Amino acid sequence: MTEPIPDTVENAAATPEKDQPFHLLGLKPDEYQQIRDILGRRPTSGELAMYSVMWSEHCSYKSSKVHLRQFGHKVNAEMTKNLMVGIGENAGVVDIGEGWAVTFKIESHNHPSYIEPFQGAATGIGGIVRDIISMGARPVAVMDALRFGAIDHPDTTRVVNGVVSGISFYGNCLGLPNIGGETWFDPVYQANPLVNALAVGALRHEDLHLANAKGVGNIVVLFGARTGGDGIGGASILASDTFAEGGPTKRPAVQVGDPFAEKVLIECCLELFAGGCVEGIQDLGAAGISCATSELAANGDGGMHITLDNVLLRDPTLTAEEILMSESQERMMAIVRPDKLDAFLAVTTKWDVEASVLGEVTDSGRLIIEWKGQTIVDVDPRTVAIDGPVYTRPMEYPSWLDALQADSPAKFARATNGDELKKQFLAILGSPNEADTDWITNQYDYYVMGNTALHTPDGAGMIRIDEVSGLGVALATDANGRYCQLDPYVGAQLALVESYRNVASSGATPLAVSDCLNFGSPENPEVMWQFARAVEGLADGCLELGIPVTGGNVSFYNQTGDVPIHPTPVVAVLGSIDNVARRLPSGWQDEGENLYLLGITADELGGSAWAGAVHDHLGGIPPHVDFSAEKDLAGLLGAAAHEGIVTCAVDLGTGGFLRAVADGVLRFGVGARVWIDEIVARDGVDATAALFSETQARALVSVAREDDVKFRGLCDGRNVPVLRVGVTDKRSGELEVQEQFSIAIDELRSVHRGTLPAHFGPVVGG
Amino acid sequence: MPKVIVEVMPKEVLLDPAGKATARALQRFGDGEITDVRIGKRFEITIDGDVTPKLLEHIAEVAKDVLSNDVIEDVVSIRVAD
Amino acid sequence: MRVGVITFPGSLDDRDALRAIKLAGGEPVSLWHGDHDLHGVDAIVLPGGFSYGDYLRCGAIAAHSPIMSEVVDAANKGVPVLGICNGFQILVEAHLLAGGLIRNDHGAFIRRDQKLRVENVDTVWTSGYTQGQEITIPLKNGEGGFIADDETLKQLEGDGLVAFRYLEVNPNGSLNDIAGLRNARGNVVGLMPHPEHAVEPGFGPDTPAAMSSGTDGLAMFQSVLAATVLS
Repeated sequence: MTEPIPDTVENAAATPEKDQPFHLLGLKPDEYQQIRDILGRRPTSGELAMYSVMWSEHCSYKSSKVHLRQFGHKVNAEMTKNLMVGIGENAGVVDIGEGWAVTFKIESHNHPSYIEPFQGAATGIGGIVRDIISMGARPVAVMDALRFGAIDHPDTTRVVNGVVSGISFYGNCLGLPNIGGETWFDPVYQANPLVNALAVGALRHEDLHLANAKGVGNIVVLFGARTGGDGIGGASILASDTFAEGGPTKRPAVQVGDPFAEKVLIECCLELFAGGCVEGIQDLGAAGISCATSELAANGDGGMHITLDNVLLRDPTLTAEEILMSESQERMMAIVRPDKLDAFLAVTTKWDVEASVLGEVTDSGRLIIEWKGQTIVDVDPRTVAIDGPVYTRPMEYPSWLDALQADSPAKFARATNGDELKKQFLAILGSPNEADTDWITNQYDYYVMGNTALHTPDGAGMIRIDEVSGLGVALATDANGRYCQLDPYVGAQLALVESYRNVASSGATPLAVSDCLNFGSPENPEVMWQFARAVEGLADGCLELGIPVTGGNVSFYNQTGDVPIHPTPVVAVLGSIDNVARRLPSGWQDEGENLYLLGITADELGGSAWAGAVHDHLGGIPPHVDFSAEKDLAGLLGAAAHEGIVTCAVDLGTGGFLRAVADGVLRFGVGARVWIDEIVARDGVDATAALFSETQARALVSVAREDDVKFRGLCDGRNVPVLRVGVTDKRSGELEVQEQFSIAIDELRSVHRGTLPAHFGPVVGG
Repeated sequence: MPKVIVEVMPKEVLLDPAGKATARALQRFGDGEITDVRIGKRFEITIDGDVTPKLLEHIAEVAKDVLSNDVIEDVVSIRVAD
Repeated sequence: MRVGVITFPGSLDDRDALRAIKLAGGEPVSLWHGDHDLHGVDAIVLPGGFSYGDYLRCGAIAAHSPIMSEVVDAANKGVPVLGICNGFQILVEAHLLAGGLIRNDHGAFIRRDQKLRVENVDTVWTSGYTQGQEITIPLKNGEGGFIADDETLKQLEGDGLVAFRYLEVNPNGSLNDIAGLRNARGNVVGLMPHPEHAVEPGFGPDTPAAMSSGTDGLAMFQSVLAATVLS
């Protein structure tokens, strides 16, 4: 058998006319020409492979960069004072005090999760966790934000089963508590499910590691799993092109994950960090070795020499190009000082992790890769990893948007009596996006590590970081594609404030943001307009709230044929709390506590759960955003938690006031009696708005009688509107809306919990 | 290099819920001909050298001690691959 | 009182077990699967997790780890050994406890706060409970289905070797609702649920008293400390 002759640099220089299949690798003709211009010759096959994956949308952010710059520009010194590492690294790092820092990021793995839901979701978790390890942190929790097609569509079950069991399989096996997330069902995501995975890690300040290759003569080591044919071309082909409607799906080799290998890798890396064996480190994700080498070199001293033959292979038939593009999982690349190499290898040996020396850091300013003794790659790594194409794509105001905004839900007749309101409420509570997700979350472990202070169904997850002082962090993810379809600028801000408010409702102080921007094709000017508006909204919103975006991810091409998904920016907010003992759950536990509604209610039903569940309607404008009200509310909740004068806080979001009351009741099964006449009188709204409006900057809290006075004093002092709206009632066994209707808790529970099992199967013990 | 194939099945007397679930799934695709499924494992063991009787004895031992849990599984076959 | 917790590649709840021992008043000692050395501990815990990725069978490869020969020796000499979840699977694979553990009957991983009945208090790990006591312990597994042939089951029940039983809900199809076993001597106990996740107020299961306040697992670790003091 003859081996394929490697396409060397020498050969490339000598054969400029050779026809190269750049379009099959996802490159456009002008991009291909740009590569030729940069190199002064045609690229070798290996170089072409590298550029094609690294210049893909997923890796290079070429369509989004010009907009994402706002995250770095719209900041002030106050915002970034706690930021140890900002945008540009693998993940953002935030100082939380007491010598501790946390790193977190949310990332997408959408297209693979439609092709092969189990492995797609599993490797999504694997990838984001590796980003966290590569900052020098021990991962401590994960979350997932999921969007599926219509709940009753036959293909949805396939995707849901695969994605949930994939996340369960990988996350549980890694020993990471899954502390929250969200799940939405909507036909727009039918062939384009969204799987956004978040990971958070903790580290001491001195343990921070960055992904750069500094130190000429330092050694480049590849360690972890062997390299095989996984996901070849996945980055450039899948994430950078849409699925042809009804056509055969592109099916390159999907990545297959091995969480055991990653668990061992985590322990191995942490021991390497503790032993000072690592100067720089990068995880291998999209674009594998191409990415790791070019990024490490570009961020460091600028040069690297690699002998590709030294890569340990699972499949000996791989070509050099395939090795460069392989997305085999559970691999890391480290920069190691020569005098530390023995110590490094002793640790990898202990953990049975394979390692191979690939080369060294140079000061040549070039990334040189050799294969079988010949140079097959000779590039300036910056042109591969950093200075890729940057596009200012055309944008166009959507032709349908004015009509959509004009189609307000105000046209629908309002309920006129308690029975109708009750029916509408139960329709909302049982609707797929409001229904209980126990079917999903009981497949996740949240007990492992013993530091989970809050978890689903609480509005935010919370992890104790310091077991002595109780210092902890809280996290929430939120997104609302319906709001964003109505107005992407406001919709993105709404996701931000919702997430911010959820963190504040746990008693924590919001500190930082990560985002996962899921959109249709950037080649569609209307989608590009939505993207630009959403990014602007998010950047403006972060500046208003005073918390910076620390990093994130863009997923374009979420569309089948001509129809894009709703713009779905997912916003994750991280906050800190001095002592997790002060946490606030999302429900009351005790008898006879007063329930207070914080904030003002307006008639805002555009894009609401009420409009969707009761009238199957999406139209109008989304609720307005009031940043100073959100800040005031968050400050109040933090102070109240700190002083221990509220016993719970439920953020008001989709489904409005009554949904929040139901959450509060269902959390611990303690009933309540509430009244809306004061909301109606003070804020000038009707019963429907009082119960279901989705006005922002509101929360529901429970206060023990003895703390009433202190609490009201706190509200007055901080200028937060407050209204007493109910009392908790342990004995009634029901939720009563005075003078309107009451519902037995059992009925509430069975409606709320019945929806997902009806479609996906019974819940054990449920 | 020769290969030895070892097959392990759950003990007949014991429940095989995975097999049952698979049988149910298959029954949706047929006319009732498929009545039961049991799921086991097949090991392909590569040998550097000849497959001697002594080696097969050794494989029988490790099949019983390691490749199967003899409380709940049976080694149902050991043969040289052709 | 020194209690060792063995870390295998893929062990996850070893840190939680170490914490539980500390909270119970003992001295936790980390042990490595690759060593032939128990470091003179007074009791041993095989923790939960996915040792060796559950490859081959859950606990199968771990059961052949170097340290297991010391563990089996120690168990035969009467040293207390507790196997939690994957640890229970390892004990079963090592034939220190009877039966087998297979995939949950419903086919999925399940995490829930599980009601158990303490069936037998004549062991060093359960002496801190009362006979028939109902406790709530977090359960989280995908391969927790206990199986055994009829003869073995009869023998286990007849000899009183069932240590814990599932109450109200059988979460995995375990025969006879068996959640945990003991050996005849009473020094080796294995169970699928995780007592180490119900030891610290604020981080355990919810109880009617308060959120996350359940600490029913602590007694298991306190039992062995009391027992080893007396012996």
